[in-house]
Amino acid sequence: MSELISEGVQCKLLNSMDKVWDRPDSLIDVPLHYCPGCGHSVVHRVLMEVLEELELIENTIGIAPVGCSVLAYFYLDIDMQEAAHGRATAVATGIKRVMPNKTIFTYQGDGDLAAIGTAETIHTINRGENIVMIFINNGIYGMTGGQMAPTTLPGVRTSTSVDGRDVESQGHPLKIADMISILPGAYYVTRQAVTTAKAVRKLKKALKKAFIYQMNGEGGTSFIEVVSNCPSGWKMTPLESNEWLENDIFDFYELGDIKVPKKGIK
Amino acid sequence: MSKKLLMKGNEALAEASIRAGLKGYYGYPITPQSELLEYLGQHLPSRGGAFVQAESEVAAINMVYGASGAGVRTMTSTSGPGYSLMQEGISYIACAELPCLLVNVMRGGPGLGTIQPSQGDYFQAVKGGGHGDYKCIVLAPNSVQEMADFTYLGFDLADTYRIPVVILTDGALGQMMETVVFPDYDIEANKTDHSSWATTGRKNMRKKHVVTSLYLKAEEMENMNLILQKKYREIEKNEVRFESIFTEDADIIIVAFGMSARVSFKAVELARKKGIKAGLFRPKTLFPFPINELQHLSNQADKMLVVEMNAGQMVEDVRLAVNGNISVEFYGRMGGVIPSPNEILNNIINLSELKE
Repeated sequence: MSELISEGVQCKLLNSMDKVWDRPDSLIDVPLHYCPGCGHSVVHRVLMEVLEELELIENTIGIAPVGCSVLAYFYLDIDMQEAAHGRATAVATGIKRVMPNKTIFTYQGDGDLAAIGTAETIHTINRGENIVMIFINNGIYGMTGGQMAPTTLPGVRTSTSVDGRDVESQGHPLKIADMISILPGAYYVTRQAVTTAKAVRKLKKALKKAFIYQMNGEGGTSFIEVVSNCPSGWKMTPLESNEWLENDIFDFYELGDIKVPKKGIK
Repeated sequence: MSKKLLMKGNEALAEASIRAGLKGYYGYPITPQSELLEYLGQHLPSRGGAFVQAESEVAAINMVYGASGAGVRTMTSTSGPGYSLMQEGISYIACAELPCLLVNVMRGGPGLGTIQPSQGDYFQAVKGGGHGDYKCIVLAPNSVQEMADFTYLGFDLADTYRIPVVILTDGALGQMMETVVFPDYDIEANKTDHSSWATTGRKNMRKKHVVTSLYLKAEEMENMNLILQKKYREIEKNEVRFESIFTEDADIIIVAFGMSARVSFKAVELARKKGIKAGLFRPKTLFPFPINELQHLSNQADKMLVVEMNAGQMVEDVRLAVNGNISVEFYGRMGGVIPSPNEILNNIINLSELKE
């Protein structure tokens, strides 16, 4: 338990009959529309755990994207706005600038953040907007039926790269987290996963740091990439999809911190 | 009442927006509206509002979406090409029922066009512009004073109906200098309570608020459309504004808005001097359009002449309003050219001779 706890949050000792697992109150108890095994559900849960533990539920406005998580506001019991495709961080900028004390996050997929919304992504971070960007990278357009994404690995077959992504004609996968990390406005950039319990705990720690940085007003954008899966779009079982992540994808999208603040939380 | 000031139209609009309680401005440079952006960049931050120069008009309109969803007075300004880029965002704003002020300082088009004044974006502003069935309230000022007045009015209407309001003006009105008096305006007294829907955080664990334009079920989407249409009918009933000059005894009525109405007024004066009974009807609201008033005038006048700085856009709405009762002629200049009073006068003379 103690490894989940960040600075400034009190540790509790557990007794044998303490409840150690429960659904966060602010994760609305309705069936999720996500496919079985999809990483979105786990990220939703961890996000709400963090917001509850930091007591930010009453202060937060989240921005949902266009893509599989377009309906995130069905599940997250907080104020939310649904943005046009790619524009989540512009919407977030609009809100944060008129309500600087509120907690603002965007939740975007790879098509949204790294293709149609690339300009917004770069310029929001370049302005150092004090928000948290949560980036779910599953290397495919899931909602529209499995087309090639900007993040699709070379050689991977999708409905728009049926012979495998050909980098000569279809370009290379975009490592957008690495790209934006060089911007002065990027405060904390990390790449995480949800394939194992350990990975989920690390993600939670990263998210917690990001929100603490925002509320401390330490200046800059926190960018949390989650390299996730898409069993339906990848035409795999959830287990196979996790194995593919572990065996291949993480070699290209290496997990871990990309940029950490000098005075940041360890 | 404040004192008389000499200002550019763009600056008067910008100053009025601050006095009306603007809390968030998001814009991108484009001629001939850039003075608006510059003025707000220089003055808004020190007078209680946020100013962001966005990376594009696409980003700017979505920043407006966000700020509007937070329930504050917000606006953007642009010209034709930028307004085209904003259309997707405006459609979302209209469907999510977000109040905001949009300014289009029109220039000649199509394409990259020219930076001279035009009225070529009438269809785009009045008919919707983006995807789906929606409307914006469209206000058409014809002086620097109205650039200011319609800014207050625009914010008030936007808040009342939770709708995007467009100030459809042009490069001439934006750039020209005239005297302007800013009215006393009590921001607090004119404040609309948006706390029942705005996303400001679930203070005291109130029910969550969601700003969205997504309805996955067809019946729910239709229902949202019905709500919007009902609102538009309400606006058509309550918010028509126009100016009618010398129309009581007029045989020929010129119908024009904004800059072309200014020039047309001079032409009407010249025609009267020649003994031709001409009048001017000027819609101040392009949506809602003054249909009933035009119908009424078509019962007394012989002819109407619509004058626009485009290839003939508002003329379609005038013809629909008049519904064949009298003939409706058109005279227009395009691509940034402003018609001269004499050109319009010649058209009036031709029409009056045809009559005899």
